[in-house]
Amino acid sequence: MSLKSRLLSMPGIWLQRHAQVALSSLGRLVGNRLSSLMTCAVIGIALALPVGLHVMLSNLNTISGGWESGASISLFLDQSISSEKARSLAETLRQHTRIETVELINRQTALEEFQRLSGYADALQALDSNPLPNLLVIQPKAEYTTAETAEQLAQELRLLPEADIVQLDLQWVRRLQAITVIAQRAVVVLAALLSMAVLLIVGNTIRLEIQNRRTEIEITKLIGATNAFIRRPFLYTGFWYGLFGGMIAWFLVALSLILLSGPIAKLAQLYQSSFDLSSLDPITVLVLLSGSALLGLTGSWLAVGRHLSAIEPS
Amino acid sequence: MIHFDNVSKRYPGGHTGLSNINLRIDAEEMVFLTGHSGAGKSTLLKLIGLLERSSGGQVHVNGRNLTRLKNRQIPYHRREVGMIFQDHRLLHDRTVFDNVALPLVVSGLGHKEIGRRVRAALDKVGLLHKEKSAPVTLSGGEQQRVGIARAVVSKPPLVLADEPTGNLDPELSKEIMELFTQFNKVGVTLLIATHDLALVSSMNQRILTLANGALSHDSKTEYRDVT
Repeated sequence: MSLKSRLLSMPGIWLQRHAQVALSSLGRLVGNRLSSLMTCAVIGIALALPVGLHVMLSNLNTISGGWESGASISLFLDQSISSEKARSLAETLRQHTRIETVELINRQTALEEFQRLSGYADALQALDSNPLPNLLVIQPKAEYTTAETAEQLAQELRLLPEADIVQLDLQWVRRLQAITVIAQRAVVVLAALLSMAVLLIVGNTIRLEIQNRRTEIEITKLIGATNAFIRRPFLYTGFWYGLFGGMIAWFLVALSLILLSGPIAKLAQLYQSSFDLSSLDPITVLVLLSGSALLGLTGSWLAVGRHLSAIEPS
Repeated sequence: MIHFDNVSKRYPGGHTGLSNINLRIDAEEMVFLTGHSGAGKSTLLKLIGLLERSSGGQVHVNGRNLTRLKNRQIPYHRREVGMIFQDHRLLHDRTVFDNVALPLVVSGLGHKEIGRRVRAALDKVGLLHKEKSAPVTLSGGEQQRVGIARAVVSKPPLVLADEPTGNLDPELSKEIMELFTQFNKVGVTLLIATHDLALVSSMNQRILTLANGALSHDSKTEYRDVT
């Protein structure tokens, strides 16, 4: 072979070598099916936990986000305001730039409805006057439905002379969201801890593998193998462990979601909601798989760096 | 090819492996290294293959100063030195072909080239028909021939052998020596450590004798002294 054609064929040979090492380390894993599967399963379970929690939280965010944008403002008018005045106020508010709809709930209709639904009909009969005020239910325009803008609007409505109480019922949604933020942080911490566990699992497995193949490593070094050459199959092994562990985690999370989706659909039905549990989105899957493969690679890199240099032929 | 300049090797604990060795082996020589067990034969070979480093003096091999060679350059040096061991040091989970191919795989040769060269080397040692066998199914003499094929497959200019016939009967030993002679004829420098004096004397080649870590006898200089 001439030098030129040799140089030209080098990247091809390099790729060929890598593909060969990747496949042969894969073959080794398949050869030790049971122990490889157990290692991958441990990695998979460790990773499934934070991923599963992440999916649940993002589902919760979707739901509570829907609740927030659906928020309307209840404007309870002063007792002294008559129904005609209330009607004309509703008319005025309809012209407001930030308001989409205004619904007037007449105090008389409200009382009748309350009597019908509450079961306190007799008790209410005993009252000599209607205790309920006129109520305007105000739905802000779509672009003003976030928590802050809705709050601003509520503040503005409070200044109306006719207003008695203005209620923007977002408090509990906000508390829920604050709790979700804490939970998300906790998931990040958990993911970090379990990633460390994966690093240790892969590192330890590779360390044992290096010990088992000690003579092979010695002989290969005798023959003139560079450290990079000896390192390569172990790095690929770590990579495969990580990747398969990630795939097992994906499978476990998907399975759990399928098992949960039935009961959750039932619960959503009870709330007259058509909520659908969203499964793993492609980006999460991509992050999971590449992250787990990277963890495997790093774990084996750490083990190889520590233990390979200690093996020298004699 | 090999040049030792006042080389010594001391082990931690005070044991002396070699002391003040001065030696010169030219290219295309075939040299036997003899001496009692513990005389330093293996140590001398290890210094050439850089399995160990000298504690004093200079070792030059193939124009390279090994004393100054950095650790990460050792693999490239070893590719130019074929090594043969008494215990063969074969990989038992791979076929004969894969064992012999290892030095070529390590140096990153292409697939076709490897197949061609491995078969040529196996043919030379008469084991072409065993390329798919596992080493354990071969006899001791055959395993040693696989080791030899592996040592010469990358065509190194220098081959070292440490007791290559240690476990073989005289007839098989003779065969192995004939193989070495053939390699020597095509220009390979050989340094063979053995304590089999009968075999060595029948070969009619240069003989170095080590005793207690020192070079006690060199048949080449003796020959010169006589003339």
